[in-house]
Amino acid sequence: MGEALGLAVGLVLSGDADLLEIVLLSLRVSLTATAIACLVGLPVGALVAIGRFRGRNAVLILMNALMGLPPVVVGLLVYLHLSRSGPLGFLGLLYTPTAMIIAQAILITPIVAALSRQVLEDLHIEYAEQFRSLCLTRWQTVQALLWDARYSLLTVGLAGFGRAVAEVGAVIIVGGNIDHLTRVMTTAIALETSKGDLALALALGIILLVIALGVNAAVQAVRMTAARQAYV
Amino acid sequence: MLKRSIMASVAVLLLGGNAWAQDQSIIVQSTTSTANSGLFDYMLPIFQKETGIQVNVVAVGTGQAIKNAENCDGDVLLVHAKAAEEKFVAAGFGTKRTDLMYNDFVIVGPAADPAGVGGMQDVQGALAQIAEAGALFASRGDDSGTHKKEMALWADTGVDPLAASGTWYRETGSGMGATLNTGIGMGAYVLTDRATWISFENKQDFVIQVQGDEDLFNQYGVIPVNPAKCPAVKVDAAQTFADWLVSAEGQEVIAGFKIADQQLFFPNAPQN
Repeated sequence: MGEALGLAVGLVLSGDADLLEIVLLSLRVSLTATAIACLVGLPVGALVAIGRFRGRNAVLILMNALMGLPPVVVGLLVYLHLSRSGPLGFLGLLYTPTAMIIAQAILITPIVAALSRQVLEDLHIEYAEQFRSLCLTRWQTVQALLWDARYSLLTVGLAGFGRAVAEVGAVIIVGGNIDHLTRVMTTAIALETSKGDLALALALGIILLVIALGVNAAVQAVRMTAARQAYV
Repeated sequence: MLKRSIMASVAVLLLGGNAWAQDQSIIVQSTTSTANSGLFDYMLPIFQKETGIQVNVVAVGTGQAIKNAENCDGDVLLVHAKAAEEKFVAAGFGTKRTDLMYNDFVIVGPAADPAGVGGMQDVQGALAQIAEAGALFASRGDDSGTHKKEMALWADTGVDPLAASGTWYRETGSGMGATLNTGIGMGAYVLTDRATWISFENKQDFVIQVQGDEDLFNQYGVIPVNPAKCPAVKVDAAQTFADWLVSAEGQEVIAGFKIADQQLFFPNAPQN
């Protein structure tokens, strides 16, 4: 552990170009996947939160169950579609960062949708009467809820990002862990482990943790700044 | 407006960066042993400098590499399971198979050597002795080239290890490095290629126990994927790479790859 910590610090201080490339790709892939998951998942979560329709319970169960999608299964499904012999093979996306973004977006959209649904439903119950008295349309209600819950929803987004940046099963299948092209932090850790270089693998793990801390701290800072301004 | 710029930046993030993966780059489906040992890291920059062709390596087990290539998800196949490779070519997926290089397999085990096979050369005899002693043996169990080799060796001994699966015979279903980590963790004998073993950094008290049998020979072959089956294949770049590997120069580069002064792969492409 001490050796790994020393290695991690040494790697960061040396400004290793390969490491920087891997870190930036990890961030690019997982942040983009999170953005897509939010664009899709938040409206879906909000619509289900305020909706009253037949089969709603079944939808809730399905949404919650999909939070447990195994990354390796998502990876396999995306691989089968993007493979040259698959239906979308002509796009030539397999073994590119785009394929990794698609896989992670599929993986975390249910998380964003299911968690935001819970947050927004609780909020909606609180405001239901007020919304009725204002005669808001469904879309206006969704917008009002999303805006009002924006800080809670940041945490939902972070939960999705955390899952995306930490998974290895999906990106290693659709990305292929190709050096200088699709290698990210988690696949690099898996590779070093398989080489038996456990200290380096752990050092990369420590760096990944620090990055996750950094992203969370940045979001927290945005949130606090915004909250301060709101109360001035 | 805001929405549009968000969409635009998502599109850029999603699609940007793929352009440099086009044109002069090929995908090689290969095995963990060649990648993990560092051979590609040593060899590919030399090739790229000469030809300008970027080679992207997907390192998986031989079984999966062949499957991926059959799905047209690669331009060149570089693996070590001659029978499966010849089948791949016969089925029309590859244009031509060429012997590229060899190394050999060894059985590694704990220094305590519970089955008493240390120093043996007869690999079938050693395996039979491990089975007899009920000493732990960790198998890849993943249809890789190494796994195919191991199963062929067991078949010669007359012992059916699968009958003991879960007891002394343990199938990890993982790559070479992961299986070595597991085997070392539980003190089990492991069949591994020598290149992976030499470059492996978590050996602990494990040493080579069995080596030197002719049956432990490990031949690698290179096959360009057939454009007749896979029209998207980058024929010229793939052929350039395959030709370079088997050329006198490529062979010299392979021979020059050493770790701790030990040569890991021995080139043996037919020269004319």
